[in-house]
Amino acid sequence: MELDELLQKALRGDTLAIARSISTVERRRPEARELLKRIYPHTGRAYYIGVTGPPGAGKSTLVDRLTRKFCEDGFSVGIVAVDPSSPYSGGAILGDRIRMSTKKKPGWDVFFRSMSAGNVVGGLAATTKEATRILDACGKQIIIVETVGVGQSELDVAGATDTVLVVLVPESGDSVQMMKAGLMEIADVFAVNKSDRSGAEAIGEAITNMLGRRSTFHKYEWLPPVYMTAAMRNWGIDELHQGILKHRAFLMEDSRLAKRRKSQLKAELHRLVEKEVSQIVGSYLEERKEMDRMVDEVWEHKTDPESVAWDISEKIGRRIKG
Amino acid sequence: MGRPIKVVIAKLGLDIHWRGVYLVSQFLRDSGMDVVYVGNKFPEQIVEAAMQEDADIVGLSTLGGNHLTLGLKTVKLLRDAKMDDVKVFMGGVIPPKHVPELLDGGVHKVYGPDTPMQTIIESVKDAVAV
Repeated sequence: MELDELLQKALRGDTLAIARSISTVERRRPEARELLKRIYPHTGRAYYIGVTGPPGAGKSTLVDRLTRKFCEDGFSVGIVAVDPSSPYSGGAILGDRIRMSTKKKPGWDVFFRSMSAGNVVGGLAATTKEATRILDACGKQIIIVETVGVGQSELDVAGATDTVLVVLVPESGDSVQMMKAGLMEIADVFAVNKSDRSGAEAIGEAITNMLGRRSTFHKYEWLPPVYMTAAMRNWGIDELHQGILKHRAFLMEDSRLAKRRKSQLKAELHRLVEKEVSQIVGSYLEERKEMDRMVDEVWEHKTDPESVAWDISEKIGRRIKG
Repeated sequence: MGRPIKVVIAKLGLDIHWRGVYLVSQFLRDSGMDVVYVGNKFPEQIVEAAMQEDADIVGLSTLGGNHLTLGLKTVKLLRDAKMDDVKVFMGGVIPPKHVPELLDGGVHKVYGPDTPMQTIIESVKDAVAV
């Protein structure tokens, strides 16, 4: 399918065309840039929810239950679930889709795409944001990004979504200090899942206390609520669903959503520009083959690493200016 | 830097034997592929998964005697969905006398329980390279 036809079909909601559009971007095909350029004007109508937390917390099951709620509300839903890649083989088992066990009712529109994080430091695939934009442009009204909260990926998910749901389990530790600070700070909504297990109350309290302590120096416009859930038993799903919609309503007031998205956009543009520049650097080093010579000079103590880096970046800087 | 080979693997129908399909998934992952393991599914759901995931390959594990009925149905539904380029591999317990009918019906390869993992891996890679 060539690009025009692909885009036409995708924007009309054709499932295969949407899937192939995402692949075009994933595979970094030459048409990818053009595709992203053309779909961008169609984005902006979807609401983005990030779901993160430690492995085994039950995120995928919760996503299934929440998806059912959103479908019952009448929304079309697009989900991108990112799983880590093996650092050794580069492969991955993408095991989130299997948790979508709710039987689809007629009229429901759910598009689920699994993605491996690849060799990106941080755990969020480089192409995840782009995939969500494609789903947005092609008419999905609620977009859920699901990722494992390890490394820096939770920060990535906070930078790409409107509501961040952090899912914890009673085993996450009886002391919230044990948890990575990043995960606790990016949450707009908390779910303590598998709350049928012992320790759930304690963890809920620990989170509430931590939020209380932080509010002495951090003015909370929105105090993240904590919901007790047990996705496998369908406990707490209604409340969690309502909580997310409440946060959405909160952001829709007073242009909060626009402010949040603009600052995310700024960070994204920074990252994209840095990525492009690093490619210029890469090509420069490739073509000049200076690196090997410089490695020898540093090895022989004729110069030092900092001086080499400074020197080369000066040259690259001049080339960019010139 | 492209995307790894993406394989959707399903247990066809209701049989819950999992060891074979589990091992194959691990080995494919270890050879650098992305494996979307969908568990017990029927043909319509398998094809929907293959479509949304834009899978390169579909792998079906069948031990319950449904290889001719549900297996060939999966191939047919893929064709109907204009996904002819997605090749279907079948593994499990399949009587050798049924293999020709499966291959004629569009299944790419049928692998019995003693098939070496390396054979499966190479075969999947070859199927995508075409």
